[in-house]
Amino acid sequence: MTNEDSSVGLMSGVLGVARRDLLLAWKRPGDILNPLFFFAMVAALFPLAVGPSPEQLQFSGPAVMWVAALLAMLLSLNSLFLSDFEDGSLDQMLTSPVPLSALALGKTLAHWLTSGLPLVVVAPVVAVTFQMPFFVTGYLMLTLLLGTISLSLLGSVGAALTVGLHRGTALLSLLILPLAMPILIFGARTVSLVAAGDGAAGGLYFLAAYAVLTLSFAPFATAAALRISNE
Amino acid sequence: MTARLSADGLTLFRGERLLFQGLSFALNPGELLLLEGQNGSGKTSLMRAIAGLIEFEDGDVMWDGRPVRLNRPSFYGSLVWMQHRVGFKADLTLVENLRFESHLRAQSDEDFDQVLDRLSISRLKRLPIRSLSAGQQRRVALARMLLSKVPLWLMDEPFTNLDRQGRQLVMDVTTEHLDRGGMCIMAAHQDVDIGGNVTKIVLQ
Repeated sequence: MTNEDSSVGLMSGVLGVARRDLLLAWKRPGDILNPLFFFAMVAALFPLAVGPSPEQLQFSGPAVMWVAALLAMLLSLNSLFLSDFEDGSLDQMLTSPVPLSALALGKTLAHWLTSGLPLVVVAPVVAVTFQMPFFVTGYLMLTLLLGTISLSLLGSVGAALTVGLHRGTALLSLLILPLAMPILIFGARTVSLVAAGDGAAGGLYFLAAYAVLTLSFAPFATAAALRISNE
Repeated sequence: MTARLSADGLTLFRGERLLFQGLSFALNPGELLLLEGQNGSGKTSLMRAIAGLIEFEDGDVMWDGRPVRLNRPSFYGSLVWMQHRVGFKADLTLVENLRFESHLRAQSDEDFDQVLDRLSISRLKRLPIRSLSAGQQRRVALARMLLSKVPLWLMDEPFTNLDRQGRQLVMDVTTEHLDRGGMCIMAAHQDVDIGGNVTKIVLQ
């Protein structure tokens, strides 16, 4: 009888977990639609409250949409590891020869595909209510694309740290928000600058660098946090 | 010769309570380690600690002569476990859940359908785990063990929720696993009728 773990690979672990979580999301679409609905509602109600002045709407549009996107991401994070923790699959993943960071990355990938990407896709629709010019909407989508990647990765660390706690949502927000501030500031500001006729390169470079930074540390931090939380 | 799995001087606390102190054991191919004790005596904690999910206060579990905590991937490549929470996704079907296992650990050459047939769960293939009874879910967890290509089985209360035939099935497959040179650590409070090399640990 052999005993070494040669036949399970790193990539197979990442994609296997991602595939399973996407399948679960497909069977329970409510989990995806809730944060998306929240994003659309906040962003669509705001113009009604502010009034129809195009200057005001164009001025506040990027900021409001970015705040709504950030909160929608936070809303979806709480459940990231919760069901795995409750049904025992987390224990199974913790005792797999596949590195836990790879499995955590797979979960984060699925989370981004089901929470981050949909926000990017519906953003142009919502942007219409702010009378956002076409090319500004393009930049809004680009900043959201880069920003939500970082938010998913940062969020996975927070979700892993709070998974064993009852009602960890508030704590999760407190943990994540300070690290998410640069994303919000650069994301919203870059879109505003584009709208005012300035260049966007600086902001986009920052968001991309932040995404690479979180991608390189978050999976390992998430894995370490999961081991602690599951004690 | 050192045993494949051994432990010396294990001490474990849960909160303020001392569960056991100075616990030692050795396990070799073909042997069964039976953990006995009343509810709350620390059987599950011991098993979770052997699996490296909680830390011993003192002492080390050794796999092939090396401490498990320094050698996780090799140890985890060699074990599969069945615990109280079966670790399946309630919304996914039986087949989807078992197929996912191949991403977590090496799979045996056993034929998928034959294993399901033997455990009398092949007609439940397309059903989500949610709609299975607790005993049927246990059988699926048993299928996970049979489909894994690992020498060490950890079984925490494997007889829970199972009918008489199911309990016999657990004993049969465990005996076969031991005969093939596998190892098993089992926590149980029922009588276990498994022949061969059995070591008992009774937790107070």
